[in-house]
Amino acid sequence: MALDNALIWIAKASYFLAAVLFILGIKRMASPVTARKGIVQAGIGMVIATLATFAITGGHNIGLIIAAIAVGVVPTWLWGKKVAMTDMPQMVALFNGMGGGSAAAIGAGELLKFSAVGAASVPVVTIALAVLGALIGAISMTGSIIAWAKLDGRMDKRFTFGGQQVFNFAVFAAAVATGLALIAWQVQPWLIVTFFVLALAFGVLMTLPIGGADMPVVISLYNAFTGLAVAFEGYVMGIEALIVAGMVVGAAGTFLTQLMAKAMNRPISGVLFSNFGGGGEGAAIEGSQKPIEAADAASLLYMAEKVIIVPGYGMAVAQAQHKIWELSQQLIKAGKDVKFAIHPVAGRMPGHMNVLLAEAGVPYDLIADMDDINPEFKTCDVAIVIGANDVVNPAAKTDKSSPIFGMPILDVVESRQTIVIKRGKGTGFAGIENALFYADNTRMLYADGKDAANQLGAELKAIEGGGGH
Amino acid sequence: MIDGFLALYIFMLAAFTGKEIIGRVPVILHTPLMSGSNFVHGIVLVGAMIALAHADTLLGQVIGFIGVALGAGNAAGGYVVTERMLEMFKSSKDK
Repeated sequence: MALDNALIWIAKASYFLAAVLFILGIKRMASPVTARKGIVQAGIGMVIATLATFAITGGHNIGLIIAAIAVGVVPTWLWGKKVAMTDMPQMVALFNGMGGGSAAAIGAGELLKFSAVGAASVPVVTIALAVLGALIGAISMTGSIIAWAKLDGRMDKRFTFGGQQVFNFAVFAAAVATGLALIAWQVQPWLIVTFFVLALAFGVLMTLPIGGADMPVVISLYNAFTGLAVAFEGYVMGIEALIVAGMVVGAAGTFLTQLMAKAMNRPISGVLFSNFGGGGEGAAIEGSQKPIEAADAASLLYMAEKVIIVPGYGMAVAQAQHKIWELSQQLIKAGKDVKFAIHPVAGRMPGHMNVLLAEAGVPYDLIADMDDINPEFKTCDVAIVIGANDVVNPAAKTDKSSPIFGMPILDVVESRQTIVIKRGKGTGFAGIENALFYADNTRMLYADGKDAANQLGAELKAIEGGGGH
Repeated sequence: MIDGFLALYIFMLAAFTGKEIIGRVPVILHTPLMSGSNFVHGIVLVGAMIALAHADTLLGQVIGFIGVALGAGNAAGGYVVTERMLEMFKSSKDK
């Protein structure tokens, strides 16, 4: 008995330590200087908590526990090690879905136990939180799997049918009603099964009509959902560390979701219940796109003092980030002021472009956020736009009939000269013409991103070599 | 069992903590931060382990096994990808 108590004490102390390490770790992850230490710290907390748990399982089902951990850890660890940085958003969605599923499984197991011993002996608050955690966790799991499939290109971007919102609401209402029946009426196996089928189905239905561009907000929301589900099941299991960690993530995730939605100029309700690009066509644009050859573009760069590079997801698709960074280093060596301007939603989720540039070796102090860089375009000699489109379209500020009106943009149009590197004349994600491409001081360099960066580098070298005496 | 109101206070304080600690996070870290907080709720693994340890029916063991495997996958995968991303963030002064 004394030994058992000592083990429980050790486990509880370890959970406390883990909770402290999680909070400190997340706090450190909020600055690029300390972020790496932060995740390592949180990782140590996780290992301590997991090891301590073995101490209080009393050896029951120990083989099963170890086997299940191996089944969970080995494939995800290997997959996570080799996944391409461009595929990171769907990876996060998948891992998040697993956490939601785990919380839902805890809820299912506990509810089955309650039905076996008789629900009358269980406090109603415990049943309620088990049901609530299971509901949120189940929605988060199937919703995240759909989000993963969409981002991974395994599913059509959107799936809609007539009366969809009414149907979805009916399924949700039925799930809630079954949940209430479990709480207030009786805990029966058939009710538990019905409840889970409805909750899992709703996660799928809720995510199906949402388009790919809105997925980042959805993943962030499900991340917060899983946090809440973990916190509620933590109460049911009587483990305070789950409540603290889950709630911290739930709140941080909700806040992050709001930040992202704001950066995308989309209210969260709009993401969940309506479709993108429902607005007008936008006014017609006068003028023409003026092409430029790489040699002429290079001489513009040669004469420039200040260069701002505006990368978009198209750059990452073309795998041009390494070549662009080589070109930038060449410009920096020639004494030019080079910066990267990042729109909050560049890439496939907020902050994704920063990860892709960091992978190519671009130091984070050369990368500027939209609000910091926008006043600098006025004094910029040459802006290079590569793979970005809607986020630099001045129509967002000037054309009230444009579907992207009101979206915050990078003020590239104020730059003295702009070079747009683009494969052809197509439109961006929103399917509208870009007024920037028709501006008097904009030149279009039609090429693949990688080739263009290569050519610019070579031409620049030639100019430097020729005039360097 | 945790006393109801004490739990309510824990819920409330943890929620405020969560909002405060990422209150001033720069946009450049949104992706790794989301991935990092995704890792932190992998602590659900601990709850699933205890649930599986107490499972005495076959159905209970199957559900517990799924819970532990999914929780472990969340924790391990979340850690690896977050660490990989953050490791790449370098300042030009670091070289």
